[in-house]
Amino acid sequence: MATYTPSTPIDDIGQKPPAPPITGGGDDGRGGDVPDYGARLRRARLGLICGIATVGMVFISLTSAYIFRRGLPTFQGESNSYVRDWGSVDLPWLLLGINTAILLLSSISMELARRKAARQAALAPVTSIPGISLGEEKNFPWLGITVVLGFAFLVGQGLAWGELHNRGFFVSTNPSSSFAFLLTVAHALHLAGGMIALVWASSASLLHRPVEARRIAVDITGWYWHFMAVLWIYIFALLGLAR
Amino acid sequence: MAGGTGGRETVIMATPATVHSHAPQGFIRKYIFSLDHKVIGLQYYFLALTAVFVGMFLSLLMRIHMIWPTASIPLVGEIKPETYLALLTMHGTIMVFFVLTTAPQGGFGNYILPIQIGAPDMAFPVLNMLSFWTTFVGFIVILCAFFVQGGAPLHGWTGYPPLSAVPSAGPGEALGADLWITAIAIFCVASLMGALNFITTTLDLRAKGMTLMRMPLTVWSWFITAILGLLAFGVLLSAGILLLMDRNLGTSFYVPLIVVNGQVMGHKGGSPLLWQHLFWFFGHPEVYIAILPGMGVASQILSTFSRKPIFGYRAMVYAMLAIGFFGFMVWGHHMFMSGMSPYSAFAFSILTMCIGVPSAIKTFNWLGTMWKGHIRFDTPMLYAIGFVSLFVSGGLSGPFLAQPVLDIPLHDTYFVVGHFHLIMGVAAIFGIFAATYYWFPKMFGRMMNEPLGRIHFFITLAGTYAIFMPMHYLGMAGQTRRYSQFTEVAYQTKLLPLQTFMTYAAFVTIAAQFIFVINLFWSMFKGPKASDNPWDATTLEWTTATPPPHDNFGGKTPVVHNGPYEYGVPGASKDYVMQTDPPTQPVH
Repeated sequence: MATYTPSTPIDDIGQKPPAPPITGGGDDGRGGDVPDYGARLRRARLGLICGIATVGMVFISLTSAYIFRRGLPTFQGESNSYVRDWGSVDLPWLLLGINTAILLLSSISMELARRKAARQAALAPVTSIPGISLGEEKNFPWLGITVVLGFAFLVGQGLAWGELHNRGFFVSTNPSSSFAFLLTVAHALHLAGGMIALVWASSASLLHRPVEARRIAVDITGWYWHFMAVLWIYIFALLGLAR
Repeated sequence: MAGGTGGRETVIMATPATVHSHAPQGFIRKYIFSLDHKVIGLQYYFLALTAVFVGMFLSLLMRIHMIWPTASIPLVGEIKPETYLALLTMHGTIMVFFVLTTAPQGGFGNYILPIQIGAPDMAFPVLNMLSFWTTFVGFIVILCAFFVQGGAPLHGWTGYPPLSAVPSAGPGEALGADLWITAIAIFCVASLMGALNFITTTLDLRAKGMTLMRMPLTVWSWFITAILGLLAFGVLLSAGILLLMDRNLGTSFYVPLIVVNGQVMGHKGGSPLLWQHLFWFFGHPEVYIAILPGMGVASQILSTFSRKPIFGYRAMVYAMLAIGFFGFMVWGHHMFMSGMSPYSAFAFSILTMCIGVPSAIKTFNWLGTMWKGHIRFDTPMLYAIGFVSLFVSGGLSGPFLAQPVLDIPLHDTYFVVGHFHLIMGVAAIFGIFAATYYWFPKMFGRMMNEPLGRIHFFITLAGTYAIFMPMHYLGMAGQTRRYSQFTEVAYQTKLLPLQTFMTYAAFVTIAAQFIFVINLFWSMFKGPKASDNPWDATTLEWTTATPPPHDNFGGKTPVVHNGPYEYGVPGASKDYVMQTDPPTQPVH
């Protein structure tokens, strides 16, 4: 038999009106006093946005240096005139193209891993009930595939730098080659940081960390990985279009 | 499922914030590699305190050398001209990065911000700890530059190439310069980690009821400073990497075809102006990174000790936002000497003078806050008033230098040295002193000695004015900066008496800082016990125990009902209403 529970104690009816709800604050209406999974995910994503802004500023400043240096005339004593010394660099486009494809594939596998982790976290309250099963889910190691593809990209970049050396282009050969090395190495270092994050996210699974912690790790790494892919497309275009 | 656990996941509920968390007990985890924002804040503070004494000692050596160039100083010996330049470089770098950036933001921001917004800690405690220790490593690396072959670099804190980019350009430009650039790069990384943490904490960890427009102005200032840091330090990091490449990998980003000591260098085609653009895109916001926290502290203290709400709270917030915004658009005013297009110079000039508007809003609002207030002249208040005084004195010469036609003759003179020391150096230091005297009771549970604080204040105020105001006259008289001595230059020799006066003023002012240090450490152990709210202030840090417990509020989560500066509220039982007090009823 259903029972009725008044939301306001009967003794208080007719007395002063209830205080208005307290609004504002970082957790307002979303997490309350409990730093739950959603709040932690939001906090981690906010931190990631700040991190991406930082990396963005690094590459924006390198781009501005690229544009500045490219248009800079230099004085040539022999002709007593200003000339452009930008030079050219014979980039291994095929190899870089393959690397780009590998990175884009890794971004797709990362997204699948991210969605899978999100699904698992969402269903965890149900699946943790004894006797409840949602059926067999294909256990495809998207995260592991992303690690392998990311590693392949870095190896491919290493081959591209080696090929540049074979073609006679070193970091100090001319301004064009300096920037080619600078931008690609800077991107590779940031991607290597992403690889470390990927290993960390994978270890969250292996170490049987709570599913929500695992989801946050994979989610943050996933978005960072996508940013790395976009950043690479940008660098690829910059090197190709603004030669 | 990932990890192969077959869907049998155990969901561990997050620990509610209302549950009291216990502090780590081991010495290492509690005091060295602590994750507690309060301990990290104190670590930053004492790092900055060490750095400021190193920087001050270097300035003392410079001032002695200027008037007694052949004097032999005990333990140091005779200072050569190149040593003078090394002292100048290291003084500027240590002061700007490891004092003016570290203490106000890393020190007080870390300690106070989470408590003022009602949070148990920063958003990412591990990152916070890493940020401090990275800063510490940066400080050690820069100090190492003194002890390597050739000594510290000569290129000034602005590190202009080609001097900074060619290792053979002078003693100190070899390994010393590499260490200098590396230390700056390390500091950039540390600051970026800190900025990320500050922004996330402010946006996401505020207590119930702590709306943006209920945040204390200190929180606003640390928040805006963090945004500036986030956008600026990445640019300096990039610039530093390019400089390291020019120095060590033979690239030519900054170095043109150049002959050094009769030898043609391998570089060609680079431009020193590229460094100047990148450096000052960071460098000008850095001025506000140093001064904005001081503005927040001054606002907080002026309102508290005038027993009046801050005059124009919203205007103060928007003024800080405007200062931060314009700060990114005026870097060119540091480069009027570089031969830039007059049109560019005109744009930079106008934008620079625009910053005078929000600055004036803040100044008049501070005066408006004090106007007809029941002012309590305790030491924090004296320093806050001193901050306003120095901000005005140093700021007023800004519009002079913002005009290319005036900047060009004044740029390489002592006028600029006086200007930036007053506005960026001493004003920010006064902000740090004000914050120290104000929050010391909360941080250490004891009161500082008031008579010693006043003596320290009056000597420091008079001393700093005596050192830096004459620099403006020297500059207008044409005395050049960065010269190691003036005794051999005929027209500059006539100005030597003023330099001598400034050196004596520096002796007195530096001596007075030992009064502060004695007061600080004596009060830490022997000062009278402080109550939880000794200043009758309103913000959240004064609602908790003194010193605050590990989780800041002893297992409780504060709920905010009022603004941060509710002083003299009509109808209230006392002359202030704390942010957590029940909502005040409007009086009709």
